[in-house]
Amino acid sequence: MKHNLILRVVSKILIPLIILFGLYVQFHGDFGPGGGFQAGVIFSSAFILYSLVFGLDTAEKIIPPPVLKVLASLGVLLYAGTGVASLLLGGNYLDYSVLAKTPLAGQHIGIIVIELGVGITVAAVMLIIFFAFAGRGRT
Amino acid sequence: MIETHLSLLLVVIPLIAAPIVAILPNGRLPWLVTLLVSLSCLVLAIMQLWNVADGSIISYELGGWAPPWGIEYRIDVINAFVALLVAGVAAVTLPYALLSVEKEIPTKQISLFYSAFLLCLSGLLGITQTGDIFNLFVFLEISSLSSYALISLGKQRKALTAAYQYLFMGTIGATFILIGIGLAYAVTGTLNMADLAARLPEVEATRTLQTAFIFLLIGVAIKLAVFPLHLWLPNAYAYAPSVITIFLAATATKVAAYVLIRIIFTVFGASLAFQEMHIHWLLLPLASIAVISASLVAIFQYNIKRMLAYSSVAQIGYILLGIGIASATGLTASLLHLFNHALMKAALFMALGAVLYQVGSVALQDMAGLGRRMPWTMAAFVAGGLSLIGVPLTVGFISKLYLILAAFEQGWWWLIVVVAIGSLLAIVYIWRIVETAYFKPTSHSNVTEAPLSLLLPLWLIVIANFYFGIDTSLTVSVSESAANMLLGGKP
Repeated sequence: MKHNLILRVVSKILIPLIILFGLYVQFHGDFGPGGGFQAGVIFSSAFILYSLVFGLDTAEKIIPPPVLKVLASLGVLLYAGTGVASLLLGGNYLDYSVLAKTPLAGQHIGIIVIELGVGITVAAVMLIIFFAFAGRGRT
Repeated sequence: MIETHLSLLLVVIPLIAAPIVAILPNGRLPWLVTLLVSLSCLVLAIMQLWNVADGSIISYELGGWAPPWGIEYRIDVINAFVALLVAGVAAVTLPYALLSVEKEIPTKQISLFYSAFLLCLSGLLGITQTGDIFNLFVFLEISSLSSYALISLGKQRKALTAAYQYLFMGTIGATFILIGIGLAYAVTGTLNMADLAARLPEVEATRTLQTAFIFLLIGVAIKLAVFPLHLWLPNAYAYAPSVITIFLAATATKVAAYVLIRIIFTVFGASLAFQEMHIHWLLLPLASIAVISASLVAIFQYNIKRMLAYSSVAQIGYILLGIGIASATGLTASLLHLFNHALMKAALFMALGAVLYQVGSVALQDMAGLGRRMPWTMAAFVAGGLSLIGVPLTVGFISKLYLILAAFEQGWWWLIVVVAIGSLLAIVYIWRIVETAYFKPTSHSNVTEAPLSLLLPLWLIVIANFYFGIDTSLTVSVSESAANMLLGGKP
């Protein structure tokens, strides 16, 4: 941990920026290029960079694998749950127009919520895959 | 409310249950949730078939977007029939799964196992519900990806290679399907199957469309394990956990056969497929070779699960023969065999699963004398075997009867000979097990009958094998109206 001083300092500067950019891509997805999938990948790349530089064990302390499993499921549930919410409000499955007072606002809320679900799941699954490969051979 | 959203709920309930089950603690709770989900799917599927049995078509617009722009679920009697088959097999397999899975799957993977099972169920049901060809591809991938994972969970290390082999072939198949969809989209600009069917006649003569059709045909043929493309299937079935073998053998290939029928008859139309492209000259010889050669190979297998897997390849040949004849009777025979083969293979693989549970092996020599040690299990196996051979009063007889009738209508005597040879070969490979189980001295002195929770679902399926072999009113009438609908007539 004493080595690679430059790497450690630079990645500490970069990681917050990567996360910020991930959040930008996530929440700007309904106006510009981007969306949940891309944001999830960018977001998880910050954590992957962290574990490459500071070691797998430190990274797993920040995000324990059991939490990742719950997050991966939570994202899918958020997506599917939005569909069920529109069902219960009287629309068809994933018809966002019924989610708010006006159809326009409803479509806005709907797409942001489901993209958030996609983002959470993609980020969590990327990390699960990374941890699974990086952790091979450990007991 | 349930009534209007029926087709959607069939897909969404297992889809939502899958992530919930994944985060449940390992133990019996994941199984219980999965059981409840599959039972509710069965109820929904029965209601759905009831609604469309009179020939009406139910259309459901996802997200409120009207077809052909949005994704449409379009249910007619064919969809509802196949969906009922999938949901029914899942509902019968799950009571069986409890003990079998506890024995074969490591405890820490049980909740993930059931989660993948639910995803597979959701994907297969999704294929049967959707009226959008791209959505169909997505569901095909959901079901395939989860089945790769499920097969790799088998106890032997070879399960990993088997799953990998399936992954390879399945991915090639999926890519071909996607290329086919892309080409069809390029010439028509639509992905909705009904809309495609309406627009395709305008562009019928183009090379692009013919290429699209062939890509789709080969892609689905890989998923269906049509004769020269079947090499992934024997290993995948032989090394998968028992429950997965039962479920996939009874549903996955049947759903692929449904996709093939849908693409040929609904989307591209019989005239393009048979009059312009002459695909029966491809399907009929391949199907005949499948029936005879796969049955021959089955005779020389010593792993009985593998033997039944080869027999599945042969049975897929019968389904293809019916499609290749392309008459109303031929299609009826295909659809009947789709249902009937699911019943017989489920019974046979369930009996083998019970043997594996008690004996720990399904090798032929380990089955010596089991007829006395496990009388109920082996009796069920014999009953399933009779059905596979096509003895009267079983479902196997009904589908072969219709197939022979269809061949007779066309005056194709050689096809009747193929069916007869296939049945004779089936007698040979089933007899080997009967002989070993009943006429050889036992090598296991401490093996007892399988527990009741394995025997009850097994016998339920065996009874279904005889029930639908005697009272054919449901299966034949549904298959006939489906066949007429596919050929463009009134149901």
